[in-house]
Amino acid sequence: MTARIGVVTFPGSLDDRDTQRAIRLAGAEPVALWHKDKDLKQVDAVVLCGGFSYGDYLRAGAIARFSPVMETLIEQAKAGMPVLGICNGFQILTEAHLLPGAMLGNNHLHFICRDQKLRVENAETSWTTDYEAGQEIHIPLKNMDGRYVADERTLDMLEAEGRVAFRYLDFNPNGSLRDIAGITNEAGNVVGLMPHPEHATEPLIGTGRTDGLPFFTSILKKLVNA
Amino acid sequence: MSKTPLDTVEHAAATPDVELPWAELGLKKDEYERVVAILGRRPTGAELAMYSVMWSEHCSYKSSKVHLRQFGEKAPQSDALLVGIGENAGVVDVGQGYAVTFKVESHNHPSYVEPYQGAATGVGGIVRDIIAMGARPVAVVDPLRFGAADHPDTKRVLPGVVAGIGGYGNCLGLPNIGGEVVFDACYQGNPLVNAGAIGVMRHEDIHLAKASGAGNKVILYGARTGGDGIGGASILASETFDDAKPSKRPAVQVGDPFQEKLLIECTLEAFQEKLVVGIQDLGAAGLSCATSELASNGSGGMRVTLDDVPLRDSTLSPEEILMSESQERMCAVVEPDKVDRFLAICDKWDVIATVIGEVTDGDRLEIFWHGGKIVDVDPRTVAHDGPVYERPYARPDWQDALQADDANKLPRPETSEELREQVLKLVSSPNQASKSWITSQYDRFVQGNTVLAQPEDSGMIRIDEESGLGVAIATDGNGRYAKLDPYTGAQLALAEAYRNVATTGAKPLAVSDCLNFGSPEDPAVMWQFAEAVRGLADACQQLGTPVTGGNVSLYNQTGEAAIHPTPVVAVLGVIDDVARRTPVAFQEEGQLLYLLGETREEFGGSAWSQVIHDHLGGLPPQVDLERERLLGEILISASRDGMIDSAHDLSDGGLIQAVVESALLGGRGARLVVPDGLDAFTFLLSESAGRAVVAVPRSEELRFNDMCGARGLPATRIGVVDGDAVEVQGEFTLPLDELRTAHEGTIPALLA
Repeated sequence: MTARIGVVTFPGSLDDRDTQRAIRLAGAEPVALWHKDKDLKQVDAVVLCGGFSYGDYLRAGAIARFSPVMETLIEQAKAGMPVLGICNGFQILTEAHLLPGAMLGNNHLHFICRDQKLRVENAETSWTTDYEAGQEIHIPLKNMDGRYVADERTLDMLEAEGRVAFRYLDFNPNGSLRDIAGITNEAGNVVGLMPHPEHATEPLIGTGRTDGLPFFTSILKKLVNA
Repeated sequence: MSKTPLDTVEHAAATPDVELPWAELGLKKDEYERVVAILGRRPTGAELAMYSVMWSEHCSYKSSKVHLRQFGEKAPQSDALLVGIGENAGVVDVGQGYAVTFKVESHNHPSYVEPYQGAATGVGGIVRDIIAMGARPVAVVDPLRFGAADHPDTKRVLPGVVAGIGGYGNCLGLPNIGGEVVFDACYQGNPLVNAGAIGVMRHEDIHLAKASGAGNKVILYGARTGGDGIGGASILASETFDDAKPSKRPAVQVGDPFQEKLLIECTLEAFQEKLVVGIQDLGAAGLSCATSELASNGSGGMRVTLDDVPLRDSTLSPEEILMSESQERMCAVVEPDKVDRFLAICDKWDVIATVIGEVTDGDRLEIFWHGGKIVDVDPRTVAHDGPVYERPYARPDWQDALQADDANKLPRPETSEELREQVLKLVSSPNQASKSWITSQYDRFVQGNTVLAQPEDSGMIRIDEESGLGVAIATDGNGRYAKLDPYTGAQLALAEAYRNVATTGAKPLAVSDCLNFGSPEDPAVMWQFAEAVRGLADACQQLGTPVTGGNVSLYNQTGEAAIHPTPVVAVLGVIDDVARRTPVAFQEEGQLLYLLGETREEFGGSAWSQVIHDHLGGLPPQVDLERERLLGEILISASRDGMIDSAHDLSDGGLIQAVVESALLGGRGARLVVPDGLDAFTFLLSESAGRAVVAVPRSEELRFNDMCGARGLPATRIGVVDGDAVEVQGEFTLPLDELRTAHEGTIPALLA
């Protein structure tokens, strides 16, 4: 038995097929979900992938958050279903208030694409158990609006509760507060991050590292063992 | 809007004396007279609009056609070519049932007027050409040329162009895997923004731009038609800039990459369900081009009701609708019983789709507006029978003096310190410096198939996950070489792109070109063009790589000053298994460095002559295409059989530039020894063609040497991968840290 992991395609989603490939490489079964469809097809977990949903013309993720699929997803995520938001997916999760804070334009005002060094701060979420806390990994980063911001109280709370899941190391690529690259909700089932683990799953492709694969093996183990 | 009577075909026939603004639309007097002769009456306003854009230099190739024929006449026998010149893009067989389509186009003039939108819509246009062939686009590349790096206007144009390419391409989810950035004062006021794209499909999915089958419906889908880009091809792309004329900004189109992404997905879904008989994208000349080309390439005629075109601006006149270059639109020909399904797919993707006409039995293209017939033409006369000019050309009188001004006689560094200083200056000069500030604004990872991307010698994409089949693409062009000798310069551009593809381990298969030149009305420019085309066609014939298509951009000229003749050549290659690809970066300490090919004293047009002496004169490096082919074969074999772990082609900046790049990318230094028979200066800085530097694991040295010896390729051991500096024994040492600061600091300091 394997796990079924959904990948939502919004108009403007770009990494949907890549994410499906990463899920397959980890040994799980990817299931395509459509933004106009409330039905999650009985998947065990969902990935909101990167891209520019609806062109991101209003604010990244702001419109996608209101699509039919999100109604069900928000409900299920609150009930404990694991959800991973990558890049635009992270932006959608903050817009949907499943994760606190917001994303602004990069502080240097350019799109940035680079092989980014990160530290795994929390290896106990649904998506990170195959890492070790403190592990340093390289994951490709590519975005225009990646500057994570929140008020001081929220930031302090995130730190205190161990909810900063990933932090940028050596170089902060977008001006994110406290070098935050990714966070989790209180329950640990909803995780969002700007870098793209689905692009670091094969030794020959992209940066040639596979540091992103544990995201998908972590969730598979959790679901299969559940 | 004034209430003049509608200029129908009837009205035109009845009012032969009405003066039409043919000159303002860019037509010459004799061209207008030809239109009248073809129709046997004066054209209607709408017909004039169509002829004027379709007969523009940009769309009709009227000045270049007589020369471009050579690409067909001299085309080498190639089993790989599935679709050649004349379609939206050429198609090449890459094996395992896959076909690859690729093309390079220019968007030079719009990018100078409005850098962001000009460059963005350049990407959009080339990508639609690729989808129109039936392929899923898988990568883009961008060869760019700007004015001097420190000129204030470069700081206006370059960041806009780069942001435009990124803003559009990133939003489409297409990895940007290659291209070039070159600075030269000759491009001041005439930047070259060329855009290339690659698409992949199965053989059986190739689609062509033709309308066949009477009764089939013509569906316009994508964005609504607006007033943007009206006359872009005729007015903007086909004339030189003149300060005295009003701003041409309104002739530049505005792009919406989100709409284009939807267009890609819904088009591919329609292809998958086999709903499309013929398809054409709307680019230059908009609906005029799409309707006349679809109709003239098919078997019948076409009837179009212009009132049905969805508009962004309801006040547009029929002429404007026909000329509009609004982006993100496509035109499909669909059988009547499949129309509903086609429209449903468009609806799924929230793409507006409208039946605007149908294919007819006759051979006329008829267009109606408010019930009146405003166009009644033989579509071939619009699309294919444009004027053809035998423009006069003559070798410019300054060419001899330019070639006599020998760069090999320039003063050379006299001491080791001076040599070190010049090398450092060279690797940090804008043209030789790292372009990562630019390329990091492009997404190179999306789609998850990128094997190699800038700054590798060629970009490489995996196209089959099971077998590892992949394609590689490199674009090159050295305007300085071409200025010294356009024939040789064009061949050098091909040789370099060919070599770059082979260096990464892929077999070169086919060529697309973007020929950027000044005004064809200047006989000197026309001579450069004729020579470059002849050189490229000859070289393609000899290397066995057919030209599959491309683009000509003329009038890259401000006043009397034309740009350097700049033929940009893209070579597409195939690799059976991307696991065998060879990267630029040094992989392991202790590996042996070999220089392949022969080094002569060749400094004409070199980076050294430009950076150190601000000089352009003499002759470009010699071309030996048989040597290029042999070098290519050795590089491909060595990479397939695991005899080399890294390789880098030698081109501008010579050997030292290549070694510095491999060292910085690999984070490992090199110790070099000047080989017998060469002085250090020539060894390090000459730009002789047909060369590469490779790193050979010690265990493979014997085998590698034997192979080169047996095939007759000179291979000289020049050093070893070692340490944290690039050291030239007996000359100088450059620590990697110092090199990195110099090489990577230049572009951000100038542009960030």
